[in-house]
Amino acid sequence: MSIDTKKGIPEGIWSKCAACGEVIFQKEFFAGYKVCPGCSFHYPLSAHERLDTLLDMGTFRELDADMTSADPLAFVGNKAYKESLEASMANTGLKEAVMTGYGKVNARTVVIAVMDFRFIGGSMGSVVGEKITRAIEYAAKKHAPLIIVAASGGARMQEGMFSLAQMAKTSAALAKLADKHVPYISIMTHPTTGGVTASFPALADIIIAEPGALIGFTGARVIEDTLKEKLPAGFQTAEFMLEHGMVDMVIERKDIKGEIAALLDMFQMGAAGRQQETLSVGDIVPGADVARKMQKTVQTGVKKSAKNIKTQVKRLQGK
Amino acid sequence: MLDFEKHIIEMEKRLDELKRLSVGSKEDLSLEIDELERQLTEHKTKVYSQLTPWQRVQIARHPDRPQTRDFIEMIFHDFIELHGDRLYGDDAAIVGGPAFLDGRAVMVIGQHKGHTTRERISCNFGSPHPEGYRKALRLMKLAEKFNLPVITFIDTQGAYPGVGAEERGQAWAIADNLMRMSQLRVPIVAVNIAEGGSGGALALGVADRLLMLENAWYSVISPEGCASILYKDAAKAPEAADSLKMTAEALHNNGIVDEIVPEPVGGAHRAPNATAENLHKSLNRALDEISAAPVAKMLDLRYAKLRAIGAFEEPQPKG
Repeated sequence: MSIDTKKGIPEGIWSKCAACGEVIFQKEFFAGYKVCPGCSFHYPLSAHERLDTLLDMGTFRELDADMTSADPLAFVGNKAYKESLEASMANTGLKEAVMTGYGKVNARTVVIAVMDFRFIGGSMGSVVGEKITRAIEYAAKKHAPLIIVAASGGARMQEGMFSLAQMAKTSAALAKLADKHVPYISIMTHPTTGGVTASFPALADIIIAEPGALIGFTGARVIEDTLKEKLPAGFQTAEFMLEHGMVDMVIERKDIKGEIAALLDMFQMGAAGRQQETLSVGDIVPGADVARKMQKTVQTGVKKSAKNIKTQVKRLQGK
Repeated sequence: MLDFEKHIIEMEKRLDELKRLSVGSKEDLSLEIDELERQLTEHKTKVYSQLTPWQRVQIARHPDRPQTRDFIEMIFHDFIELHGDRLYGDDAAIVGGPAFLDGRAVMVIGQHKGHTTRERISCNFGSPHPEGYRKALRLMKLAEKFNLPVITFIDTQGAYPGVGAEERGQAWAIADNLMRMSQLRVPIVAVNIAEGGSGGALALGVADRLLMLENAWYSVISPEGCASILYKDAAKAPEAADSLKMTAEALHNNGIVDEIVPEPVGGAHRAPNATAENLHKSLNRALDEISAAPVAKMLDLRYAKLRAIGAFEEPQPKG
């Protein structure tokens, strides 16, 4: 019995890794976040499994859970779009290809969106675009760091231009998030390809990729057809993208959560420093101005540092 | 010559012949001429009012159809072409620089396919590399600095599918344009003049107004690409073109395109100057309208426009 690299695990106690042939004890496989202990092959995760690997247990709260796709083009191909949607819902137990919400990463509150490749290839249509945009806007409103895990074959063909427009929509929302200096970490997993890559996954402050993940814009087959030649091994892998400067790091699944927490702490510290600086301007102005400046800082700032500022203001005002 | 044009062109030839004969002829041919002219008009009206989406794709791809450089020549004056992305190279698939649109200095940027075989090869048939998109962004930033409205011409089957394009971050370059264009502090008018293939087209398409020439197409995937995915047969592109709702009319009805710029009967390749005149008027009108709002308002409206595109269902919140 072997583990299918696409479909996952058959029933049983022992299975064979489809990538390296090693016999794996299934309990160990699941405990290790579905990574082969022999060859480190990272098997795909469902959205729920992914949330488990990243968030503190029991902290996830889902947003927009009931949003479902319309069929704006009344699309008919070899199969009606409605049928594909229903089949994906039945297979995955999900309503769409992304789950969004908030939760905690080692006690730090984050807004998170996680894609699920099993749902029509993790393709982005109106619902994926809308849910991700709302998550971005929610992160901006709450000043909470944003984490998005991509797993997508690209745009959802069956929604035509409606799906292409989601690329612009999510990117525009991210521009607003960046204005607010809220950190955004993108995690590219297998696969992150097509039009989707050319939107939110590529626009993060930090991009983390999983080992061996396929990452790119144009599909390898299309490139081969154009060039009329075979592509080199390793083309469009996470490691290839690291080598070409497109991602910050390629790290194992088990290490991602800790890395996110460490990065967020550093960004948080920096942001707190910026607020302290705002205050130092207040050193030379009368008390009322300090209070006004402080109020502004509090509105836009982190609560904890606001408290520090209050104490400092009081000290400055000699109270 | 396109299939459905054959009969029209034959009739036109006969008409010319009759007219030529009538000059200096003793016989009065005016009745025959009138009758043939009537038939021709009737036939043309019939053919062009019933064009299928796939026939429009043929018109959009006509080798004599005016391209970006032709429209620049016909509509603008004193165009100064600028080159290079300041990072890697100059991509001939994207043309750009400042020019005058009547009394207004603007920045014009567009994909260019080329007419001759040599020109087509040097332009990669209008499929840009990342350096093309980065050049476009550089010119847009320049426009922002000097407060010049931006006009973009979309005409591409898609971003270039190649090894170098992937190595240099095709997805990253496109995504960056989507994000930056959403906040560019000058008016942007995008015009799809012929073909709008996926993310490679969208990278010049984030705008305050999206115009489309009557016979242009704009889609998340080319009809051939869609057919080979859906039916495993690129020859079924005509069916895919129907399903994708990719014509100017369909996209205008769906609220994705703001304005259809009419082409004279027969298509832009049969009347380039008249087409350019129509576009010229539309560009001025669009810029007048956008410029009427202060910058902050303009950006709010641009975001609202991007934000609103999507079709989904969700239960009404309780209470």
